[in-house]
Amino acid sequence: MAQSATLRELDADRVEFYTHLLRQMLQIRRFEEKAGEAYAQGKIGGFCHLYIGQEAVAVGALAALREDDYVFTSYREHAHALARGMSARAVMAELYGKADGCSKGMGGSMHLFDRERNFLGGHAIVGSHIPLAAGAGFAAKYRGTDQLAICFFGEAAVNIGAFHETLNMAALWKLPVVFLCENNRYGMGTALERASAVYDIAQRACAYDMASLTADGMDVLAMYDATVQAAQRARDEKLPTLIEARTYRYMGHSMADPIHGHYRTKEELEEQKERDPIANLKARMLEERLLEKEAYERMEHEVAEEIADAMEFSDRSPDPDPATLYDRVYED
Amino acid sequence: MATKVLMEALSPTMEEGRVLTWQKGEGEAVKSGDVLAEVETDKAVMELQARGDGVLRKILAPAGATVEVGRLVAVIAAQDEDIDAILAEAGDGKKAEREARRRHEAPAPKPATAAATAEAPAAARARAADTDDGARVKASPLARRVAREQGVDLARITGSGPGGRIIRRDVDAAEAAPAAAAAMPLGGYHDVELPQIRKTIARRLAQSLGPIPHFFLTTEIDMERAAEARAALNALEDGVRISFNDIVVKVTAAALLQHRACNAWWQDDHIRYFNEVHISMAVAVEDGLITPVIRDAHAKSLRAIAEESRTLAQRARERKLRPDEYTGGTFSISNLGMFDIEQFTAVINPPEAGILAVGTIAAKPVVEAGAVTVRKRMLVTMSCDHRVIDGATGAQFLQTVKRMLENPLAIVW
Amino acid sequence: MATITYRDALNHALREEMERDPDVFLMGEEVGVYQGAYKVSRGLLEAFGERRVVDTPIAEYGFAGIGVGAAMAGLRPVIEFMTWNFALLAIDQVVNSAAKMLYMSGGQIPMPLVFRGPGGAALQLAAQHSQAFESWFANVPGLKVAAPATPYDAKGLLKAAIRDNNPVVFLEGEMLYNTKGEVPDEEYVIPLGSADIKREGTDVTLVSHSKTVAVALKAAEQLEAEHGVSAEVIDLRTIRPLDVEAITMSVRKTNRCVIVEEGWPFCGVGAQVVDDIQRDTFDYLDAPVLRVTGADVPMPYNKHLERSAKPSPDKVVQAVQRVAYLD
Repeated sequence: MAQSATLRELDADRVEFYTHLLRQMLQIRRFEEKAGEAYAQGKIGGFCHLYIGQEAVAVGALAALREDDYVFTSYREHAHALARGMSARAVMAELYGKADGCSKGMGGSMHLFDRERNFLGGHAIVGSHIPLAAGAGFAAKYRGTDQLAICFFGEAAVNIGAFHETLNMAALWKLPVVFLCENNRYGMGTALERASAVYDIAQRACAYDMASLTADGMDVLAMYDATVQAAQRARDEKLPTLIEARTYRYMGHSMADPIHGHYRTKEELEEQKERDPIANLKARMLEERLLEKEAYERMEHEVAEEIADAMEFSDRSPDPDPATLYDRVYED
Repeated sequence: MATKVLMEALSPTMEEGRVLTWQKGEGEAVKSGDVLAEVETDKAVMELQARGDGVLRKILAPAGATVEVGRLVAVIAAQDEDIDAILAEAGDGKKAEREARRRHEAPAPKPATAAATAEAPAAARARAADTDDGARVKASPLARRVAREQGVDLARITGSGPGGRIIRRDVDAAEAAPAAAAAMPLGGYHDVELPQIRKTIARRLAQSLGPIPHFFLTTEIDMERAAEARAALNALEDGVRISFNDIVVKVTAAALLQHRACNAWWQDDHIRYFNEVHISMAVAVEDGLITPVIRDAHAKSLRAIAEESRTLAQRARERKLRPDEYTGGTFSISNLGMFDIEQFTAVINPPEAGILAVGTIAAKPVVEAGAVTVRKRMLVTMSCDHRVIDGATGAQFLQTVKRMLENPLAIVW
Repeated sequence: MATITYRDALNHALREEMERDPDVFLMGEEVGVYQGAYKVSRGLLEAFGERRVVDTPIAEYGFAGIGVGAAMAGLRPVIEFMTWNFALLAIDQVVNSAAKMLYMSGGQIPMPLVFRGPGGAALQLAAQHSQAFESWFANVPGLKVAAPATPYDAKGLLKAAIRDNNPVVFLEGEMLYNTKGEVPDEEYVIPLGSADIKREGTDVTLVSHSKTVAVALKAAEQLEAEHGVSAEVIDLRTIRPLDVEAITMSVRKTNRCVIVEEGWPFCGVGAQVVDDIQRDTFDYLDAPVLRVTGADVPMPYNKHLERSAKPSPDKVVQAVQRVAYLD
């Protein structure tokens, strides 16, 4: 098992790239904060799972992929959509259930899609999308392209049959797939240690003779590096990889769930926030003079404006036409 | 003293009525006899009249509401009179609805039909009792539709399906029967007990042909002189135009006076022969057919018949006929001449025993004194209930009709 | 016109569609090297190679999901379940993934995918192997459900299913694989959603599909010979979309209907058909619609009990006698 380097030195030549990663994480953080507010105001309905704390995983991993790769995620996927380049307007409008949403208001928070970006969903049955990603990998191999598929899922999904069936077939058939487990330590309110016989999720790959990596899910560069390795293996060797990203969820399981309480303590939460991916990258860049304080403030300002615009846009966007209720059940 | 305005039975078969419009509003003063509302019954649009003086204090059944007969639809009272007790008694809308539903589940004997069936055939009553609850007719949807289309009264049919369900074949076996027993016409009559042979004929013919054993007689009538008479009368220009149909009505009534055997009702265990002639006149209306009755047609002038038939037809089309205006006929005439129908057979309108189907008047070549000439000719076909009218009886009557039409003066002879 | 088996008709459909469209591939247990558990895929591995005829481990949930994912990426997978009993392990993929994808993506992701395999009872396979799931899948908006009865229909419908851009649940019959019928040599496709009148009649409509078409046809012969009743036999062919018009046109003519299906009665296909009939033909019915279904029990192993749990021509004749008021 390879361990990705932690806190490697920053490369002054890549300042634009770092800035880009920082900005994406910041955008996601602010987006999720505002989504939480909108949920509290009743503008967003249903289940709404926020990504705050885990930003480094989606941003780092997706930065390592190509535009034509396939992306599958679970239902905690606002961040992946944004990191994939979908506009804050399209994502927020979807959360609002509006016609201008990326899924035309028919999917909601858990079902974000963007065909043009090969962003193939937000899926809300834990583990059910793992074979879907393998299917997209199968299609890439079938067609002889060097595309790959990445699948983001939580650590609670590794106890589901779909995970094992899929990892077995992906290894057996040598499919170009990156299985990225976002281990945020809790499946809803059940700690990993209370649900899994093996705590080290990367080890699960051994059962299928599959390569694996464990990465610091609070470090966007570590996530980027790990995914670059896995993507290379997928493209060059047509082999899958299991990445375990060790990360942490600041919020409750969903907006309807407690942030802490019976299943974890406030102290633990505060301690984990010390590892905050945004604060850390920002601090390092400031320290190494790769970022000016004013530039960061400007970035904060721009992001806030972008999210405010997305919310205003979503407010204005019409509800889907009731006449379309029966549309798109079947494709002609 | 407050007056309860109830939904009234405005036709013999009416069980509920739909309020079309209120002519008076709440708070408006009304006098006994004032028209309060227009109510649509199963047959026509009727007026609901005030039966007391005062102020229309409360309307309980808004326009469009369908209300069972006997249910409170409004209250007339003095301006300051307390009507809460009456309203409370009527109950809120929901309670009324619940009651209505309960009544539907366990129907009470229907007063209107009970009166009408006092004279109804015993067999029909017995059959009605065959059904579970004594009132609901069990029939397959298809049987109901066919019966509706053919004017067959399901209450008169015995179902051969499970639990007495009336099915298609039962309706097919039955011929058209009236939706309800007709009201008694005014005037005298005498009942004749059935001789054994007539009972046997009735039973056997009914068995072979369905409830009404029809037979048909057709004759061609020369209408030249009738046409001349009509032209002469219409030349008087006094505002009343005589139609051929009016002449046929008049002639038929006069002929029936001479052939009372055809002016009769089949009553299952007896035949009722009428002294007066009341002609039922088939009138097509928007959603069907209704037969307004020209009463005492034998005693009315052609002019009176013309006027009356005009009025009745108009009222029929406006659905404004009163029940007594479309029940109690003794013989029917159906005229499709205006549709260029040359000849057709009409279905008897029970309990009447005969109906005359009148075709169009057309110029035709006929042989007269060995030479071919062109004459105005008309075909009429009489449908007879064989239980009442035998072939010769009907033929003789029809012959009289023919002679009178060919020589209109015979009417007054 | 050749006379071939239902099995070969399916085989020919797969072969023709794979030749026609390089995006079509077959995946499932034993489809390749073993030549198919029921030999439907015989010879396909040799013709198209391992890339397009893919043997899977016993992992219905996983390979059904891989099929869904491949369809999302634009391929046209045909996923074979060795039987539909095993497909219950994958029902999440059929119902939650395949059926919903187009709608919940706001119309962005079509799902050109066929799930196929034998359904219903064969002989003495007992409770877990003798189940007809038509109504389960037909209940789900987004799925189409086909269940052909003859080699001709099997071929034409499978070709249509493979070309359809929606997920199609294709239920074959283990007991039908060996049945023979005429299949034209030239290419043809039978559109999904069209029923077929397998026998014309005037007195009663027998609605059937898949294996019960033969049951209904046999009952119709018996009715003609023994009771002088002329029965019209409708083969639904597709359960969803349901050809309601064909059913109601027939019932308007015959005024009576008996529905014959292999599945359980409660919420079965026939329950839906009855609903359509009572709504669209209420005034044409001369009798309540009756159903002849599989018994409302898990399938017993014992031969005699199994027979009594299945629809039979005699049961259909008895039902017709009731709706035609002949008893």
